[in-house]
Amino acid sequence: MPLLEVEDLKVHFHTEDGIVKAVDGVSYTVESGQALGIVGESGSGKSVSSLTVMGLTRFFTSARISGSVRFNGKDLLTASDEEMRRIRGNEISMIFQDPLSSLHPFYRIGKQLVEAIQSHRDVSKAQALDRSVEMLGLVGIPEPRKRVDSYPHEFSGGMRQRVMIAMALANDPKLLIADEPTTALDVTVQAQILDLIQRLQSELDTAIVMITHDLGVVAEVTDEIAVMYAGEIVEKAPKDTIFASPEHPYTWGLLRSIPRLDLPRGEELVPISGRPPSLITLPGGCYFHPRCPYVRERHREVHPDLDAVPGDSDHSVRCLLASDTRKRLWRELQDGKDPAEARATAGLDAEEVAS
Amino acid sequence: MSDGPLIEVRDLVKHFPIRKGIVFQKQVGAVQAVDGVSFDIVEGETLGLVGESGCGKSTTARLITRLLEPTSGSIVYNGVDIAQANRRTLLPLRREMQMVFQDPYSSLNPRKTVGTIIGEPFEIHGIERDKDKRRRLVQNLMEQVGLNPEHYNRLPHEFSGGQRQRIGVARAIALKPKLIVADEPVSALDVSIQAQILNLLRDLQRELGLTIVFIAHDLSVVRHMCDRIAVMYLGKIVEMAQADQLYDHPRHPYSGALLSAVPVPDPRLAREKHRQVLVGDVPSPTNPPNACRFHTRCPKFVAGHCDVDEPALETKPGGNVAACHYPLTDEEIAARVPTAAA
Repeated sequence: MPLLEVEDLKVHFHTEDGIVKAVDGVSYTVESGQALGIVGESGSGKSVSSLTVMGLTRFFTSARISGSVRFNGKDLLTASDEEMRRIRGNEISMIFQDPLSSLHPFYRIGKQLVEAIQSHRDVSKAQALDRSVEMLGLVGIPEPRKRVDSYPHEFSGGMRQRVMIAMALANDPKLLIADEPTTALDVTVQAQILDLIQRLQSELDTAIVMITHDLGVVAEVTDEIAVMYAGEIVEKAPKDTIFASPEHPYTWGLLRSIPRLDLPRGEELVPISGRPPSLITLPGGCYFHPRCPYVRERHREVHPDLDAVPGDSDHSVRCLLASDTRKRLWRELQDGKDPAEARATAGLDAEEVAS
Repeated sequence: MSDGPLIEVRDLVKHFPIRKGIVFQKQVGAVQAVDGVSFDIVEGETLGLVGESGCGKSTTARLITRLLEPTSGSIVYNGVDIAQANRRTLLPLRREMQMVFQDPYSSLNPRKTVGTIIGEPFEIHGIERDKDKRRRLVQNLMEQVGLNPEHYNRLPHEFSGGQRQRIGVARAIALKPKLIVADEPVSALDVSIQAQILNLLRDLQRELGLTIVFIAHDLSVVRHMCDRIAVMYLGKIVEMAQADQLYDHPRHPYSGALLSAVPVPDPRLAREKHRQVLVGDVPSPTNPPNACRFHTRCPKFVAGHCDVDEPALETKPGGNVAACHYPLTDEEIAARVPTAAA
């Protein structure tokens, strides 16, 4: 049984302007000790889906949540607030993007850690403090015995994120959700934090869901990757597959629009034209079709399912193009063709005329 | 391209005083944001300034455009030292250097229409007072940066982040400047939008012959955009080189560590490469370390040398100019840096 099983999760917010379909039918599983990366741009639903796993969106009166989230076999969507409180910060914990706003500025680090431990463990204050010191040492804070008495503002950004990680791991969670944990940090500090997360994952066997927009970060830390667009997963595969043979045009767009250190300099960037759709008035058919260079008439009407790629059950794609066509297009793109050329060479234009 | 640099910066220093007391403000220290940097900007090139937060790259940008007054040093632009120039001398020069800022949300006045925002440089410099003609100028600019000219009367909040950054770019090129200083122009944008703005800047540079100072913390973006790159650490330039030289063989251990730290979107490479993780944090710029400022975190630190004797910027193997007593060797580079020439 997988540790976390999310099935057909939908989170819709009813607002004055209409229904915001922030998450619209997302399914994934995470085994213990495994790391899943969820990649997407702002507004793709990657954070809302994870907040829902933590039971943090249920307090919004505008939110309508459906589907199921099973953690260790227990459905978290139907769990009571009291049960969720016991699980949150204990078996599932989360680290957020901005460590400064996640720590209380008035309380010493030690007190905040002790509180996190005592709310789930029946231990004395002294024991909880010892555990706090141990955790701070584990995440690489020098002189932890002294630093527990510091206030958050006395720490640098990287140090605060370490404190957050220490707090998140203090109760030995089985699942750690990290929402853009390094986005606010400098590269050298980001490297420290990624190193730490990887080390902890292998030492403590914690499962990780890593949410980020940075393809580099997921390439280093995760095992499997789900790419989200407009509230849906559009492609999911083991990470080597995602980078070596991606099959969704949006994934191609992401990979080709970032300058990369591992490719020759002077490579032209191919931006994805347009911008993400409004989640209130989603386009008909495939949600990506207004920005897709390979769109065909039918794609404006039929909404694709997330289907397995023929011959590879681990790799699924939400795209109406045939898998062979997709593979051909990706080869053309890798040869340095731009999307219009690739489209022509792959015979898409000719087919369009014929049909 | 003409001969001689467009801008010569020499020993530029900016210290922000730290004061204590309410009535009698006594200076108790200084944030040494920029501490003696010298470089040239050649006409038509793109010069990159990279470094982590607090290294002084944004302060340098604001000094070049004279949005800040330097503590000392000189900035010679077209033969005129603008470091200590007064407002009247600066006004005509301001037409020639413009800035694009990081945050397209806070750098546009929310109460003004896009037409007014882009037309403001004309207003300030008294160009084209005729309303219709100015409108046409602004609409041409909007077209040039890929905005719909019909949106002339819209307010900034009606645009997405990427479009707002286009407005910022249109405003910057309105007066046909020679120099554009772009301070983290894409770091607030989504990945799929970043490429649009980067391509726009490159196209405009080609069309208008712009010189660009490009500031970013993202080393992949800098490599893509820049001809020459200066790496800054704690207010000083530690290495300067042509882009290819820097990425093929960084000589300063800090540049090497920066490049090594960038996560590469290629799982195979990520497994092979030994990510070099620097220990600790950047020290405080109010009290920077002695001699080489990087010595507290440097993997090649030699006690009694690096913390006593400040290294000068000098040419190292491969043509890089770096300030280091023990520059990286080719073997060290090959092991750590993903872009190293194989």
